Amino acid sequence: MSSPTSQDFAGHAISLTLNGQARQLTVQPWTTLLDLLRDQLDLVGSKKGCDHGQCGACTVLRDGKRINSCLTLAIMCNGAELTTIEGLADGDQLHPMQQAFIKHDAFQCGYCTPGQICSAVGLANEGRANSTAEIKELMSGNLCRCGAYSNIVAAVEEALPHTPQFEKAGGSR
Amino acid sequence: MNPFTYSRPSSVGEAVNLSGAATRFIAGGTNLLDLMKENITRPEHLIDITGLPLNEVTETPEGGLMIGALVSNADLAWHPLIEERYPLLSQAILAGASPQLRNMASTGGNLLQRTRCYYFYDSTVPCNKRDPGSGCPARDGLNRIHAILGASDECVATHPSDMCVALAALEAVVHVEGRAGSRRIEFADFHRLPGDSPQRDNQLADDELITAVELPAPGFAGQGTYLKIRDRASYAFALISVAASLELDGDVIRSARLALGGVAHKPWRDKAAEHVLIGKPVSRDSFAAAADALLADAEPLEHNAFKVKLARRAIIRALSDAAVGGNAR
Repeated sequence: MSSPTSQDFAGHAISLTLNGQARQLTVQPWTTLLDLLRDQLDLVGSKKGCDHGQCGACTVLRDGKRINSCLTLAIMCNGAELTTIEGLADGDQLHPMQQAFIKHDAFQCGYCTPGQICSAVGLANEGRANSTAEIKELMSGNLCRCGAYSNIVAAVEEALPHTPQFEKAGGSR
Repeated sequence: MNPFTYSRPSSVGEAVNLSGAATRFIAGGTNLLDLMKENITRPEHLIDITGLPLNEVTETPEGGLMIGALVSNADLAWHPLIEERYPLLSQAILAGASPQLRNMASTGGNLLQRTRCYYFYDSTVPCNKRDPGSGCPARDGLNRIHAILGASDECVATHPSDMCVALAALEAVVHVEGRAGSRRIEFADFHRLPGDSPQRDNQLADDELITAVELPAPGFAGQGTYLKIRDRASYAFALISVAASLELDGDVIRSARLALGGVAHKPWRDKAAEHVLIGKPVSRDSFAAAADALLADAEPLEHNAFKVKLARRAIIRALSDAAVGGNAR
């Protein structure tokens, strides 16, 4: 292919739904979703722990499915419906998973918590965790260096039955 | 990550025409973006293939399944037809990565994962796979996770995929399309041994795109078992993994499939070791004989001799589980 020109490196326009709001954004091709959220949109709940998909602190929901936002290009989210930790509560009413994390003291420093909670909501959408062992296995993509795992598992176990299944606006997933 | 340009074609033909030595196709991106962040891969242009119509699992006239290259690892592992007819494949996929990564990673991309050899990932040291001719620090370095079979002086890396070990046992076929047209590649021929060109992981040309992975009619092979041994209980690459399936006639083995992960530059299927099992009774001695045949040519390095013993035990256990229709996991 021919050499790129400066025009090729201009931003690309994308549109997506972010925490229920339609957004028109301009992104560079190499901007990750995590950098878009944190640096361009000031949504700093999602954390950059390892930036290599190994820790899960950047976990968000795309069309109801949990993904690592650090290994996702923002430009490839054109048309997607995204939910971050900032979009889970309904006004002042916390999401059942957030309430359960507080009730069970499921964190110490809190750094991994937004990713843990988004991951657990994704877990609920999948409908595949039917035992404590399955919750542990299917939450293994989220590391907690404080070691709050037992309380995290207790919180997830309690909140799973009360977590509404994801429905994409205007259609099913 | 280096700056690059981006396009999103809507047909396979268009995607293939855009491709070249300085481009990469991207679907899930879980391995490619990681490699780009480490400056190991520096494409000038990314071709986003997620708009291509390659997202279906369909039944073939031969009684098998055609898996579109864009079907995610999670959707494939939990697809009703895979769970019912190929539980071996479902188990292997669920043994790999994390739920987040499985939601993102594609079927085609799983085949193209690059090794997790730490020297390959460290751009401050030589590596023949990353920089051909520069040398291999792993051969005489920290090589606990490295190959015991089929390696070369130039490279001792292993292939990281779990899914591919099951696909090797299942005798899948890889469908690819390039500018010269389409072709089918038997799974055993898709990945390469390193030889003197470890920079090439597989047989794909720069302009070729994986469009589908075809599974033959399941038969006994699909009902096998996948055993994965790793340093922690979940979310780690295999030290040793085994895909094993047995077809029994009463207490006698009629045929067998045996493939290993974590031992070589490619998923390691050994038909000679499978042949050792034919006509033998279901017994620990039969399974041990097959393991010894498979491992006869093993050449461990300074820090991975344990893998030979571990592989022998894992093969025996996986075959024992397969014999009782078990689920080793």
